[in-house]
Amino acid sequence: MNWLVIPVFALVILTIGSAIYAVISKNLLYAVVATGLVSLGLSLFFFILQAPDVALTEAAIGVALTTIIFIITIRNTTDKEKCCDKKTSYVEMKKGDDK
Amino acid sequence: MIKRIIVFLILATIGYFLVGVVSQIPFGEDRNNVGDYYIEKTPTELKVSNAVTAIVVNYRGFDTLGEVTVLFLAATGLSSIMYRRRRKGEKQIRAKLPSSRIIQIGSQILFPLIVLLGAYVFIHGHLSPGGGFQGGAIIATATLLMLISYRKFKVNHNVISWIESIAGVVFVTVGFVGLILGMTFLENFLPTGELNDLLSGGIIGIIYVAVGFKVASELAGVIDTVLLNNRPEAKNEN
Repeated sequence: MNWLVIPVFALVILTIGSAIYAVISKNLLYAVVATGLVSLGLSLFFFILQAPDVALTEAAIGVALTTIIFIITIRNTTDKEKCCDKKTSYVEMKKGDDK
Repeated sequence: MIKRIIVFLILATIGYFLVGVVSQIPFGEDRNNVGDYYIEKTPTELKVSNAVTAIVVNYRGFDTLGEVTVLFLAATGLSSIMYRRRRKGEKQIRAKLPSSRIIQIGSQILFPLIVLLGAYVFIHGHLSPGGGFQGGAIIATATLLMLISYRKFKVNHNVISWIESIAGVVFVTVGFVGLILGMTFLENFLPTGELNDLLSGGIIGIIYVAVGFKVASELAGVIDTVLLNNRPEAKNEN
C-alpha cells in the first residue's frame, strides 16, 4: 500500500466534511468559511489530478475572492439563517430585522 | 399536484431522450480524436508548450472573447446595482476601525510579491500553467489585501476603466488584424518563434497580457465597489 494515499484521504475527509458543515451550519459566516475550505481542498485536488491551470483559478477565485465577497455581504446584512423556518413568513422576517 | 405531474413528465421526457443518446456511446471508450490532434500539433505547429493555453487562446479564441465579455458585463451590472448616491456630508468609509499594525506591515511586504506573481503567471501563460484569467485574479487578490489592510487605500476607477477598455480593444484588434490579413478571426499572424522561448506562440502572448490586465482591473473594481458601497449604519449589533 502506498503511504501517500493517507494525506489524500485526509484531504477528501476535510473537503467533504467542510461541505456538509457548510450546509448544516446555522451561522452563515461559518458556512462561508467552510465553503472557502471546500474550494481550498478542490484546488489541491485539481493539482493532484494534474490540472494546475484549474487549480490556480480555483485557488485565486474560489478561496479568496468569492469568500471575501460573501463575507462583505454578511457584514452588510446578517449572519443568522432566518428563512429556514417555514412558519415565519417573509413579512415577519422583515419586522424582525428592524429591531 | 398537477404542477408536480407536469414537472415529472418533463423530466421523464428529457431523461428518455438523454438515455436514447447516451446509450449509443460505448462505455469506457474514447471516440474523440481532437485531443490527440491538439497534443500533437501544439508544439510543432504553434510552438506553444502549454497545450491548454493554445486551445483556450488560439483554437478556441472566440470563446475566450465571449468569456471576457461575460465578465465585463457582470462587473458593469454589479456596479450599476451597487451604486448609491452619497448623502450630504456622508463619508465613504470602508471600516470603522483600522486594521492592526501586523496586517498593515505584512500586506505592504506581500503586495508587490503577489503582483509580481500574477504578472509572471499571465506573461508566461504559454510556457507554464496559468494564463490571463489566473494572473488577473491573483493581482485582484493583492488589491483586496491592500483594501482590507488600509482604510485609506483608494482604487482609481477612472484608471481602472481606461485599462479595461484598452485591454478589450487590444484583444478585438488582434482578432480583426487576422481578418484584414486574409485569415480568420483571431488566427495567428505573427511568427511563432522557437519552442519554450518567452517570445513564442505568436498572438497568444499579446492576448494573454491583455486578458490579464482586463481581468485584474475588473475584479479589483468589483471588490472596491462592493466594499465601498456598504451601509455600516445598517449593520446589526449582536
